[in-house]
Amino acid sequence: MASIELNRVSKTYPGGVRAVKEATLAFRDGEFIVLVGPSGCGKSTLLRMIAGLEGISGGTVSIGGRVVNDLPPKDRDVAMVFQNYALYPHMTVRRNMSFGLLRRRRHGGPVAWLARSQARREELAQIDRTVEETAATLGITALLDRLPRALSGGQRQRVALGRALVRDPAVFLFDEPLSNLDARLRIEMRAEIREMHRRTKATMVYVTHDQEEAMTLADRMVVMRDGVVQQAGTPAECYGRPANRFVAGFVGMPVMNFVDATAAAGGLVAPSLGTGTVLALPPGRWPTIPAGPATLGVRPDRVRVSAQPAPGALQAEVRAIEALGDRMDVVLSVGSARMVARVENDARLREGERAWAGIDLADAHLFEAGGDGDACRRIADRDD
Amino acid sequence: MSGRRHPILGTACAWTLLLAGTAVFVYPLLWMLGVSLSTPADAQAATVEGGFVWPSDPQLGNFREALAQIGSDNAAEPLRGFKDALANSVVVAVLVTLGTVLSSSLVALAFARMRFRGSRPLFLVMLGTMMLPGQVTMIPLFILFRNLGWVDTILPLVVPAFFGNAYFVFMYRQFIAQVPEALLEAARLDGLGWLGIWWRIILPLTRPVTAITAVFTFIGCWNDFLAPLIYLQSDEQATLAVALNSFRNQYGGVTKVHLLMAASIVTMVPCILLFLAAQKQFIEGLGKGAVKG
Repeated sequence: MASIELNRVSKTYPGGVRAVKEATLAFRDGEFIVLVGPSGCGKSTLLRMIAGLEGISGGTVSIGGRVVNDLPPKDRDVAMVFQNYALYPHMTVRRNMSFGLLRRRRHGGPVAWLARSQARREELAQIDRTVEETAATLGITALLDRLPRALSGGQRQRVALGRALVRDPAVFLFDEPLSNLDARLRIEMRAEIREMHRRTKATMVYVTHDQEEAMTLADRMVVMRDGVVQQAGTPAECYGRPANRFVAGFVGMPVMNFVDATAAAGGLVAPSLGTGTVLALPPGRWPTIPAGPATLGVRPDRVRVSAQPAPGALQAEVRAIEALGDRMDVVLSVGSARMVARVENDARLREGERAWAGIDLADAHLFEAGGDGDACRRIADRDD
Repeated sequence: MSGRRHPILGTACAWTLLLAGTAVFVYPLLWMLGVSLSTPADAQAATVEGGFVWPSDPQLGNFREALAQIGSDNAAEPLRGFKDALANSVVVAVLVTLGTVLSSSLVALAFARMRFRGSRPLFLVMLGTMMLPGQVTMIPLFILFRNLGWVDTILPLVVPAFFGNAYFVFMYRQFIAQVPEALLEAARLDGLGWLGIWWRIILPLTRPVTAITAVFTFIGCWNDFLAPLIYLQSDEQATLAVALNSFRNQYGGVTKVHLLMAASIVTMVPCILLFLAAQKQFIEGLGKGAVKG
């Protein structure tokens, strides 16, 4: 069993910096969990506390039902894949992969070496076999006798994956393993990692700052900010029902459009979109919304742009167009607000010219207003 | 300056300087070689007048005669003295080199990577010991070793080497600081403790520093005259450096220059060989640049 329980786990560095604040999470055996968030949010620190590379200031970490706070990393049955591969530069690929297994042998040590026992020979042969099999799965058999400096970035990362795989741990930990690779290689390796998860069925905890990586890999994702868990849920939940403004703005590309508004009877008064703008609330949504300030969140793919006036559309000016081949991202000035729309290719839209923006509120979100903008919670809706 | 505008002139300047420098360094060695192959009279003349002598008839027998006269007198085994001195030098130099490399790298790992209270002040204190002239500690150390009963053994020469050498600790530390932390973390996950990390990761990765440390320590120890003179009192214990002293007469003068030169050349050979062997190592290592994971 390789479930992981984090119970009010905290990390405070000497000097008072609180990197992780009371994180309570439960990961099921075999789940692929992605810890995601901007730099400095505490995701790597949390991962390292699970690994045992970082001391735990408060709370408990349990792996497979047993509290591991005081266990050294080698006794926690975890394997880690690092961002900069961390391959031993003076050892061949084969040696890199077998190193951990060699250290854990039952028949190691000088006595066994002197005795040259049969058991020792068998153990070494088994280790060799494991390394060869794993190398074959990852397609790096030809590289086994090379040194890391003779490998490309992608090859090194495969070796790093192999090194973790041979150990057959209860938990795999990944610390931004693909950040050093180019975009194409990253997508290729993402598929490899997913394949690895499918094959091993092991629990995997993966750290990244790339929300797209999180969305494509995760069974569940944990969005963090400033050491606090903002939301833990499936990618669909984090995308479709973000807990607060931060999660809404972090998950999904391009970033959600946020508009200051005031909720009134049956409508949203949004003067920033143009004097006197009132957006009608879709029927049935936000049935119990109190009157007062709120922030409207609309995803770019719910904003329509046309060169001609359309019913219900707002006057806008096209600031910039980013052509992406099969679609375009259009940056608009709507009143005093800036919005991004993701639309199909339309040659009639041109930078600097007038356009008409239609906002579809069907999948929009409303957030409380005031204080720390990012922490503003999403206002409950009929689906919640 | 010449160089870019007058490539020929620039190269000529460089070559002139290099040749001049080489000549300055090589001349004493050639002088030694010349004197060692001369007759006693010619050698004495060269020494007194300071001229350069190159014998038309090289006296190769000088070498055998010199080695026979080193150290203790033993008619039955003429080269006994030389062999003893050679063995002593080798044992002491090898042990000191080993001790210095092992202890300095270990201490440097602690300073570079271990976080403990007082680490910084301790490091500065250690650096401070580099400012101490050896002469200041000579007498207190002798008293210490005499009280321990270690005089006339090689222990006073060898044991301190196993307690770290500030200069080399500093060098190792700078090098170890370049090793990525992730590498040590991976090692920890693989089950290594500090000693394992030192032996299997740090030492292999700091080979250039080890080469430098070994060469300088060996040569320094091989040539060390003062410490063996003080602590090794019997003839059988003497190292080569001390044994060469037997060519001086009781007034401190040198009458058998040709033999002294011959013996000195023989004494130099191991150091030259060691340097040639290690040279490839540390030049190659320094060229590799920073260690990447």
